[in-house]
Amino acid sequence: MTQGAIETHDLTRRFAALTAVQHLTLRIDRGEVFGLLGPNGSGKTTTIRMLCGLLEPSDGWATVAGIDVAKAPEQVKQHIGYMSQKFGLYEDLTVTENLEFYAGIYGLRDEARVVRLGAVTAFMGLGGRLQQLVGELSGGWKQRLALACALIHQPPVLFLDEPTAGVDPAARRKFWQAIYDLTQQGTTVLVTTHYMDEAERCTRLAMMSSGRLIAMGTPAEVAAQVGGKTLEDAFVILQERDER
Amino acid sequence: MMPRFWPMFRKEFIQMRRDRLTLMIMTALPVAQLLLFGFAIQTDVRHLPTVVLDQSRTPESRDLVAAFENTGNFRIIGRVNDRPMLDRAIASGDAQAGIIVPYDYPRRLARREAATVQVLVDAADPLSSQSAIAAAAGVAQVRNLVILGAAAHRTGLPLDARVRPLFNPGLRSPNYIVPGLVGVILTLTMVLVTAMAIVRERERGTLEQLIVTPITRTELMLGKIAPYVGVGLFQMTAVLFIGRYVFDVPLTGNVPLLYAIALLFIVASLALGLVISTLVRTQQQAMQVSFFFVLPNILLSGFMFPRQAMPPFFQWVGLLLPLTYFLKVLRGILLKGVGLDALWREVGILAAFGGLLIVVAVRRFHKTLD
Repeated sequence: MTQGAIETHDLTRRFAALTAVQHLTLRIDRGEVFGLLGPNGSGKTTTIRMLCGLLEPSDGWATVAGIDVAKAPEQVKQHIGYMSQKFGLYEDLTVTENLEFYAGIYGLRDEARVVRLGAVTAFMGLGGRLQQLVGELSGGWKQRLALACALIHQPPVLFLDEPTAGVDPAARRKFWQAIYDLTQQGTTVLVTTHYMDEAERCTRLAMMSSGRLIAMGTPAEVAAQVGGKTLEDAFVILQERDER
Repeated sequence: MMPRFWPMFRKEFIQMRRDRLTLMIMTALPVAQLLLFGFAIQTDVRHLPTVVLDQSRTPESRDLVAAFENTGNFRIIGRVNDRPMLDRAIASGDAQAGIIVPYDYPRRLARREAATVQVLVDAADPLSSQSAIAAAAGVAQVRNLVILGAAAHRTGLPLDARVRPLFNPGLRSPNYIVPGLVGVILTLTMVLVTAMAIVRERERGTLEQLIVTPITRTELMLGKIAPYVGVGLFQMTAVLFIGRYVFDVPLTGNVPLLYAIALLFIVASLALGLVISTLVRTQQQAMQVSFFFVLPNILLSGFMFPRQAMPPFFQWVGLLLPLTYFLKVLRGILLKGVGLDALWREVGILAAFGGLLIVVAVRRFHKTLD
């Protein structure tokens, strides 16, 4: 069996009194759009942060692009793109300056840099905004720029933590089109979301609740496992169960 | 070697240029401080306003009062008729000194008895009274020597201590204060500016995006401080320039050598700011900690108050401040014109401070969120 793009086994993370993620075991194959679904506080962000090397796992192990995240977090960072929940680019720099900065940080030089800057600019349609200060952009444009920066080094694995929060539907649709194009080229995407229509677009889903994996499979399979007709039913059932 | 240093440097440089507050701190603050300290702070007190109660009103007494005035420390602002008037003038602050020549002054002089003259000095402010007290003693001594010399029928004196003030013969305050200000201003701005550097990224949420990249901790830290090295050198140049042409402070020694050593001091101060940045959570805390650090630098480094006068404990604390060593370098080179042979110890210590603080800052910084 070949290695999955992302694999976790019994992955656990404890904070002082709280266990944010408990015994999570996943296997995500190359080219998948894998959705992490669950109410706030269910452990989605903590999972992504462990896979990016931002948090150390308390127990279990995980590999990303075949590299152990606990043993070689810095090596993992070469192979991943990451969009955090909160917009993380420099608002006092222009679009070009942000792109050039991340190109430099990912070690792109000379010719390769020019080629990649041109490619992500065209891919995300940023051509008309290059000289604008990022602080002046709308949410939709910021999110496109964030994805462009995350893609500049052509990472095989992409982590998107609620990438479309606060973005209008038209911009969301374009964003998802970009994600499909990427998976066609073999990129693996792990995405968290609150939007049911977005969850439906994933090849597979994992539903989390209180740090545990509740259900996993295609969107229809997950809905059935939790006991609802649709994914939205499943989500509501889960949230009510959590609140009790 | 450190391929991600330059992108980091470029980014910091652009951000620095666009940040009005930082630019203000770095340009207006040094100039304001220089003018403030340079003009306002004069430790040599001259022309103390003085009232005279001359009870004898003779040529001898007028001669004596003139001798006091000629020292330059006393400025006679008026004559009073009795002791209560004199006391009132000093108590009200109109005068800070009073000279009382008793009615029998010329008679006692003529009889070769001990004549007394009383000098009252407002010593509520020790600094301003000191020079007056010293000058009064000097006047008496000079008169004594003349009188005793005449009595002993000698023209020369048995002992003549000739004091020659070296390096600052005019005993001018700016010569002492302005070189020190170079160090104080660099400490203040360099520490403050980098103390904010990392917390600012943490507060704005840009740090998370940065630490999922392969940038190393050293590249991040060095890239952050490097643009400010240029700022520090620029500040130093501005202060020296104003010092030279506005306050007439001599630049005696090897100025390129001073710049080379200043580089070490600037790096040490910037690295210290980074250490602070890894200790605090918000920009406001960073600012508070920086000011908390700057105060002992001004008080204990020897910038304003001589270290020799401090109790041993505070002298020892002063030895932990990079500024203490840099002040020796500044005054050594600018006033005394000494070179590396006299300053190698200070240079070694400053280099050690810089290296150690960078290592501590890098070690304390983690590329994780917990």
